[in-house]
Amino acid sequence: MIAAHLPILQVIIPLIVAPIALIMRDSRTVWVLTLSVTWVTFSISLTLLIEVLDSGNIIYRIGGWAAPWGIEYVLDKVGAFVLVIVSAIGSIVMTYARQSVEAEIPDDRIYLFYTMFLLCLTGLLGIVITGDVFNLFVFLEISSLSSYVMISLGRDRRALTAAYRYLIMGTIGATFYIIGVGLIYMMTGTLNIADLTVLIPSVSDSRTIHTAMAFLTVGVCLKLALFPLHLWLPNAYTYAPSVVTAFLAATATKVSVYILIRIVFTLFGDVNILEASGLQNILMTLAIIALFTASTIAIFQNNMKRLFAYSSVAQIGYIILGLSFASQIGIAAGIIHLFNHSIIKCTIFMGLGCITLRVGGVSVKDMCGLGYRMPWTMAAIVIGGLGLIGIPMTVGFVSKWYLVRAAFEQGMWPIAALIITSSLLTIVYVWRIVETAYLKPAPKNAPNIKEAPLSMLLSSWVLALASIYFGVNATTTLNIALEAADSLLNGGLK
Amino acid sequence: MMMGFYIVISQHNLIKKIVGLNVFQVSVFVFYISMGKVKGGTAPVFLDGFEIYSNPLPHVLILTAIVVGVATSALALALTVRIKDTYGTIEEDEIEALETEDQEKEKEGLP
Amino acid sequence: MSPETTIQAALVIPLVGAVLIAFSGHWPNLRETITMITAGTLFALVASLYPLVMNGGRPSVVIGEMLPGLSIAFSVEPLGLLFAMIASFLWIINSLYSIGYMRENKEKNQTRFYVCFAIALASSIAIAFAANLLTLFAFYEALTLCTYPLVTHSGTDKAKKGGRVYLGILLFTSIGFLLTAIVWTWLIAGDLNFTSGGILEGKASDLVIGTLFALYIFGIGKAALMPVHRWLPAAMVAPTPVSALLHAVAVVKAGVFTVIKIVIYIFGYDFLSSIGTTNWLLYLSGFTILTASILAIRQDNLKRRLAYSTISQLSYVIMATAILAPLSIVGAGLHIAVHAFGKITLFFAAGSIYTAAHKTEVSQLDGIGRRMPWTMTAFTIGALSMIGVPPTAGFISKWYILHGAFDSGHMLAIVVIVISTLLNAGYFLPIIYAAFFKEEEKDNDNGNFGEASVAIVVALSITAAATVLLFFFPGLFIELAQKLI
Repeated sequence: MIAAHLPILQVIIPLIVAPIALIMRDSRTVWVLTLSVTWVTFSISLTLLIEVLDSGNIIYRIGGWAAPWGIEYVLDKVGAFVLVIVSAIGSIVMTYARQSVEAEIPDDRIYLFYTMFLLCLTGLLGIVITGDVFNLFVFLEISSLSSYVMISLGRDRRALTAAYRYLIMGTIGATFYIIGVGLIYMMTGTLNIADLTVLIPSVSDSRTIHTAMAFLTVGVCLKLALFPLHLWLPNAYTYAPSVVTAFLAATATKVSVYILIRIVFTLFGDVNILEASGLQNILMTLAIIALFTASTIAIFQNNMKRLFAYSSVAQIGYIILGLSFASQIGIAAGIIHLFNHSIIKCTIFMGLGCITLRVGGVSVKDMCGLGYRMPWTMAAIVIGGLGLIGIPMTVGFVSKWYLVRAAFEQGMWPIAALIITSSLLTIVYVWRIVETAYLKPAPKNAPNIKEAPLSMLLSSWVLALASIYFGVNATTTLNIALEAADSLLNGGLK
Repeated sequence: MMMGFYIVISQHNLIKKIVGLNVFQVSVFVFYISMGKVKGGTAPVFLDGFEIYSNPLPHVLILTAIVVGVATSALALALTVRIKDTYGTIEEDEIEALETEDQEKEKEGLP
Repeated sequence: MSPETTIQAALVIPLVGAVLIAFSGHWPNLRETITMITAGTLFALVASLYPLVMNGGRPSVVIGEMLPGLSIAFSVEPLGLLFAMIASFLWIINSLYSIGYMRENKEKNQTRFYVCFAIALASSIAIAFAANLLTLFAFYEALTLCTYPLVTHSGTDKAKKGGRVYLGILLFTSIGFLLTAIVWTWLIAGDLNFTSGGILEGKASDLVIGTLFALYIFGIGKAALMPVHRWLPAAMVAPTPVSALLHAVAVVKAGVFTVIKIVIYIFGYDFLSSIGTTNWLLYLSGFTILTASILAIRQDNLKRRLAYSTISQLSYVIMATAILAPLSIVGAGLHIAVHAFGKITLFFAAGSIYTAAHKTEVSQLDGIGRRMPWTMTAFTIGALSMIGVPPTAGFISKWYILHGAFDSGHMLAIVVIVISTLLNAGYFLPIIYAAFFKEEEKDNDNGNFGEASVAIVVALSITAAATVLLFFFPGLFIELAQKLI
């Protein structure tokens, strides 16, 4: 009985618990509550993934109303996979969160933070699972609004302006999205994704649909911080509390990528919009520019969080690049990198959170000699860094292998060369950190510091080890990604 | 619509930016509602003698979107209040000057 | 124990050793005992595979599937066994030497040193036994990374700079070229397994094969072919046992090993000699041999001179491979072994001089032979082997390479070898002459010093003796190398 309602429970549980958390107020109790919710959602999403892999897409009609009148929740392989990523990251970040949150957020606001976290989780999960473009907008705004709040909770006063800027940019993005949805609705009279897939080809030549496509893409690209629409991201990541950075870096932009996948390959899947509209070239060019510009900027950053924020922009470039190949291998590379990058970035930002907790900051000066003062934390960060570079036996290698392969397969030699060159830039900024942490002596007056608390270390290490495990044994995840890519190219939600 | 968008980009005052954002959003709402208009239709309420109704769905959607818009504005205004508290100003260029100072301070500490 | 278990054990034991070493860091004696036991066990395991492989057995193990269709797998063949045996045997002696060297020079972070060393050995064994290119590449990178802390061991600015060049060149070449080449190979051949006779024949045009070949050769930065040789002199900032590891035991050997492996098992030498687009390698390696020898003459720092000598010796191996004659390929395999023993002796001697007398420059070595007779005798043997004078092992491998060159009519190669032999003599003999026959400078304020500690002297005597013994009893390695063709 319950099993049939899992798709809705997935979203509704965090949504219901959020106000409860608000009422409870006591920070410990709320943490325990949030923690259990995240783990419950994680197990639900795993169950759903297994179900989807076993027996195909799940369709859930809310209140029993059939589409296109009611809202449908639809879960295919891509969705189920992203769902697992989001909820897994959510649960691990929550396990990690307590000490870090207590140190970085004023006591009287902690319960608010957890409330926002739950809402954000609701929004992100909802985006992935919903089968209705307007409902998607609502979830997008739920998650965005709550993430603005979470970012503004950072200690630095610049967190406020960062949140404000993100809000302006994010709202513009969302509004663009809704304009696009409106135009599509005008032409087709439905908001259901599965219906749209069927109806769009008949009207795809009209100018309205092209305009809609443009609005949708730009709006979503704002949210996923594709270069040059990434301006909100570095500040937001830098000044947000560590936990928030770890969570958002691993999920928020990824879910936006998921929206883009849905638009490009599901909504417009049958008209091969990428080639038809020249979008393929645009995305590819932007992605490559992102790789180089953002990596180069990252090299010169002194604040580690900002450095990795720029690195995120570059890595999003990889994901988009993979998608823009529009071949099975390419899309699979994009999806697998989405997963891999979530793991890597979450590890790194959690590690940086440990450092913030013990040292008080994450500028280059704080990092000196940390390799000896916090060996475990630094080791986790280094593993993450190796993953970013794409050293074999880390997840990064798997994604890079597939990206290069996709480029070769399409005969795009220069692009393969560019992918490889850009990963050389990654070596430079990752190695700068290694050198500071291991080869520069700690400042003389540095206080004696302990290693980070166990729960925080453990959660970062779970992810660090995951990044190695999925690097050595990528077959499971890759097969899911390949199947997901296949289902996107052939049929989508039908 | 473009007017609102322009205000968001060009204005340096944070409040005015929010106003611009609202104009931008409201224009989109109006766009939706105009879409639902059916020539000669009336409000979609069952009454005798009326056969043509305007499409109610966009109205419902926009109701939701308005709620979202209100929430966004509220949050933006709340943030502006906090910014005013900490920076003492809501002019963007002045805030930027202060932030550059912050950054300078951070750099001084570097080796 | 079945051969499969032996392979797994050989891969795991150095890692177990590394963990135990890490935990016994507070008790130096225990730590070093563990190192020695691990090294001994590893060698015993590797050596126990010898009879089987000689009889044509190719035991293999699949560890896991990394990417769909591409697994992490190991398979022992003659060349790999040769490399693994040299590496594991020299690890024993190198550990003995390290104990003396590290203690006497009071180096910091000795535990980290031994841990990284053990991991480096594990990677080397994995490279030696790799059954496909992907596995080889994975551990090739692992070897680069785990030797980085060794190169930057002292933590000084100079070490940092050296480490940067080391890591920079090795990672840039391997990710930039080698990885591309591997992906490309996979697309062309649909296979990455090392197969006798190669996997590429008839699958692509000559031009593509030539380009691919170039990507491989320059991607394997560890082989130190010019112009990607700069990391080797830069890595000289490391403590001497590390230099010995880089030059003799693991790193550069992994490089030339990979080159031979790719030539034989990916391209297939019959196939390569049938197309003309890979001849440039012969010229390039010849050029490297001569240039590096000339550069070596100009170095006053002893270790740097040895580094350039290594670069030129490595190109012997590459040139021997590029001749593509069966005999010269045997010579190439042999030269890996021979050069390992000779070069490790030279480095041990250099380290011994540094430890006892704190001298690093060639010009300071006048008359040192009388104070350190053992060290300098060993040095002489090593140097003679580099030049290729009987009765040292260097003669044997050079003989095979020349023989192969004659058979296939590569006159250029012969000329290069002859000239470079003269050059080798030109930069080694003066050192030996100065050490034994010149008068010691009187105003030398270093005062009295004698031989270095027992561990060091024993270690370098063993390798020197082995260099001579290999001349009289080369059968073990020759038979193994002959299995290659």
